[in-house]
Amino acid sequence: MFSRFISIVLMSLSLFAVALPSSQAATDKEPKWSALKTAYFGDREIRDNADDLLVLEAPKRAEDAAIVPISIKSLVPQTADNYIKNIHVIIDENPMPYSANFVLSPELGTVDISTRMRIDQYTNVRAIAEMNDGSLHMVSRFVKASGGCSAPAGKDAAAALARMGKMQIRMRQPTVGEPVQAQVIVSHPNYSGLQYDQKNRKYIPAHYVDDIDISYNNKTLIKVEAGISLSEDPSVRFTFTPNEPGKLKAVVHDSQEQEFSMEKDI
Amino acid sequence: MLRTYFIFIASCLLALLMHSASAETGTYTVQKVSNGVFYHQGVHEDATADNIGAIANVGFIIGERCVAVIDSGGSYKEGELLYQALREQTDKPVCYVINTHVHPDHMLGNAAFKQEDPVYIGHEKLPAAMAARKDFFDRAFSDTLGDAYLGTEFISPSRTVAVGEPVTLNLGQRELVLTAYTTAHTDHDLTVYDKKTQTLWTGDLLFIDRIPALDGSINGWISNLESLNTEKLSYVVPGHGPAGSEQWKQGLKQQLSYLKTIREQIRQIILDFGTIDEATSTVGLEMKDDWLLFEDYHRRNVTAAFVELEWE
Repeated sequence: MFSRFISIVLMSLSLFAVALPSSQAATDKEPKWSALKTAYFGDREIRDNADDLLVLEAPKRAEDAAIVPISIKSLVPQTADNYIKNIHVIIDENPMPYSANFVLSPELGTVDISTRMRIDQYTNVRAIAEMNDGSLHMVSRFVKASGGCSAPAGKDAAAALARMGKMQIRMRQPTVGEPVQAQVIVSHPNYSGLQYDQKNRKYIPAHYVDDIDISYNNKTLIKVEAGISLSEDPSVRFTFTPNEPGKLKAVVHDSQEQEFSMEKDI
Repeated sequence: MLRTYFIFIASCLLALLMHSASAETGTYTVQKVSNGVFYHQGVHEDATADNIGAIANVGFIIGERCVAVIDSGGSYKEGELLYQALREQTDKPVCYVINTHVHPDHMLGNAAFKQEDPVYIGHEKLPAAMAARKDFFDRAFSDTLGDAYLGTEFISPSRTVAVGEPVTLNLGQRELVLTAYTTAHTDHDLTVYDKKTQTLWTGDLLFIDRIPALDGSINGWISNLESLNTEKLSYVVPGHGPAGSEQWKQGLKQQLSYLKTIREQIRQIILDFGTIDEATSTVGLEMKDDWLLFEDYHRRNVTAAFVELEWE
């Protein structure tokens, strides 16, 4: 009851904050975020409203709680001297707020990444860029929960389980030296540990993709350290420039030590 | 200043009073579909405290010996009102409460029938689906429905129906055939067929007027609708929209056309390496005047279909 009260207060606070003209207020005055910030970043300074560096796109309202597309673009090119080395994605109201850490290589050229998240209640979604000099820069968006019967549960658990580990690397015909968009998807139920198996009267243990390593000619471009916020069948879409012919490879690791991989010649 | 404040307070109180009045005394009636078959038609809205979640079709079938309730309502309150409406038609005991699937508008009223000690029945995958969504529904709908939600319990079926093994229930001189489906609207859809009047309760396999909401598989839904045996149907009660002997034929056609159109357009976008965002901002928008609540559910349908069709 008490926690319910707190969550109502939090929700009204965050709603109130979003209604304010200055989005500064949306982040600093929230008790929940200040607790999360301390938990994940200690007393490090985070520059807010870093719209000159990052663009975070998320729908205003989650259409389907189980599949909310988000994308993160950098407005500054990655160079060997100045690059984003991590993007931390935090979804304040999710069961595990720290949702993903994208570890990025300067060789990526540009940062243009999208993925799909589970979001089932009104929440701030934050992307925090950590530069190679260690400085932190944040942008955030408020996402409303979907209405109706949309729950974050999978739609067809049996189908997802049956094709677990199946992977795709999807992209248009690439040209050496030209930026190209590619998508890595792996079929995986991404069980959060919150699903109950009625038949066997127990919780299905958490079983989720915790690491996706995407490399070109054995050099890692993007490494995603992830948790249960990623949607079923995790997807990572990104832009990169193949500077010479080679192999694009994705290796997926999950929380039960299973590994899946796929590669594509360019 | 003070006056404005009082007016504000007064209007809040008035709104509160009106709200509780409409939830308490609203006229809740059932209509006869065919002999011994009654339903209450849900309104084409999202669930709110004012409509007490009564947005889906719910009802009952009366046999010589006992009564089967088919979907129990979108709140405990609706379950109670349905129970009262049932008692106006018959004194016979309620022996079965059948849930066509897990969505809250179809099963939040289950507890209102507990005193009759009925057998609760659903698809073999309904218990798992209910367990997976329970906490989420409880949080979301206790907020949305307010007082109408009080008393709601998640009652899982004590008897289940497996795919490929239809179950026949006898209500006394009246047999109902319960059929479980492979993934379509959800992964646990169940239909009820009354042999006596050749009436089919489709659950949410069929939506009329209100836009269908995809929470299962678009491919499965299309193929299950196409193979639905419609030969022997005199009456149909859809999950949403009017029941009767005629309208469902056009409704079925329109729903199939909607699902196939968005499937085709999404496939094209996937072939062209497009994104979910591209799909939700273009696919099927030409059909927006064909459906009620299009804005609320269409993009969600496209999103759900997209991630399924990526694996074709």
